[in-house]
Amino acid sequence: MNKISIIIIPFIVMFIVIYGYKKKVNIYDSFLNGAKEGLISTFNIFPPLIAMVFAINIFLKSNFIEFALGFLNPIFKNLNIPLDILPMALLRPISGSSTLVIMNNIFLEFGPDSYIGRLASIIQGCTDTTFYVMSLYFGSVKILKTRYALKVGLFADFCGIVASFIIANLLF
Amino acid sequence: MVNIIWGILIIIGVGYGFLSGNINAINNEIIESGKKGLDMILEMLPILVIWMGLMKIAEDSGLLKKIANIFYPILKRLFPKVPKGNKALGYIASNVAVNMMGLGSAATPFGLKAMEELQKINPNKKEASDAMITFLVLNTSGVTLIPTTVISLRMLAHSTEPTAIILPAILATTCASIAGLTLDYLIRRKK
Repeated sequence: MNKISIIIIPFIVMFIVIYGYKKKVNIYDSFLNGAKEGLISTFNIFPPLIAMVFAINIFLKSNFIEFALGFLNPIFKNLNIPLDILPMALLRPISGSSTLVIMNNIFLEFGPDSYIGRLASIIQGCTDTTFYVMSLYFGSVKILKTRYALKVGLFADFCGIVASFIIANLLF
Repeated sequence: MVNIIWGILIIIGVGYGFLSGNINAINNEIIESGKKGLDMILEMLPILVIWMGLMKIAEDSGLLKKIANIFYPILKRLFPKVPKGNKALGYIASNVAVNMMGLGSAATPFGLKAMEELQKINPNKKEASDAMITFLVLNTSGVTLIPTTVISLRMLAHSTEPTAIILPAILATTCASIAGLTLDYLIRRKK
């Protein structure tokens, strides 16, 4: 499986270039034009990205989530959900890199093939970071009103995480 | 909405930091977070520049349009307000395809271009259009066939079956996508 993902990018690159030749496009000029656009896009993303990293990191560093989790603990104990997975489930929509760190800690402590290790892998693999994608994509085209986007995004994340628990319970 | 979330994150973070006596960590974070943001941009910049360059070749040669046409029957239902042959559909198709291979960072440039094209046909430039929200849901809950980062971390941790989580992850991500797109569809129809 991993081999597929290793060859896919070089293949796409080669295919795009050959296709460009075949259609008699000035591929070098096209590349430069696109690269310039990429530079401008990155430039536009920078302020909203910094703003989000700033707010999210302050929130994460305050340990407020652990505080808020405290009263939830007994409920999850009854549902047979391992407590160590909770911060990951809650943080998944907010910060992809922080859940990656939590997942790795779980691997080191319980092993990647333990129940909780597999559960963590599924949760990490099943959704993307909604807050991050939202701030990046909307920020890049200067959208201020996001309407119902967050609601739907978080609902999808919630369903994905609940599904992860159920599937892990059934399969492992 | 972003206004509210952004403010709340900071107020809760700093407020709770004061209450819990953890304000030192918050102080450090305020000083260092700018650099973390810059690091992220610096990591993305070269990838974005190279992929946007390649995508421009794909666009000029008509390849993007071709990809969009293949996915058009499905995308038409998800994005009823995007006219046929619009470049946005090509970028959306590429974004989804690359995401499926578990190459999230390589998918981002396609996503950004898709947003740019959707913004061009957006009647209210400050407000997210229906199509943008559908695309966002498709993207954040997006079906990942091969979660490459997870598999590589499992390998590093000496898993005996690093790929055992692929099928369960596909199932879970499919649930997320269906749930998200259904809610999105219901909200759109209600209006």
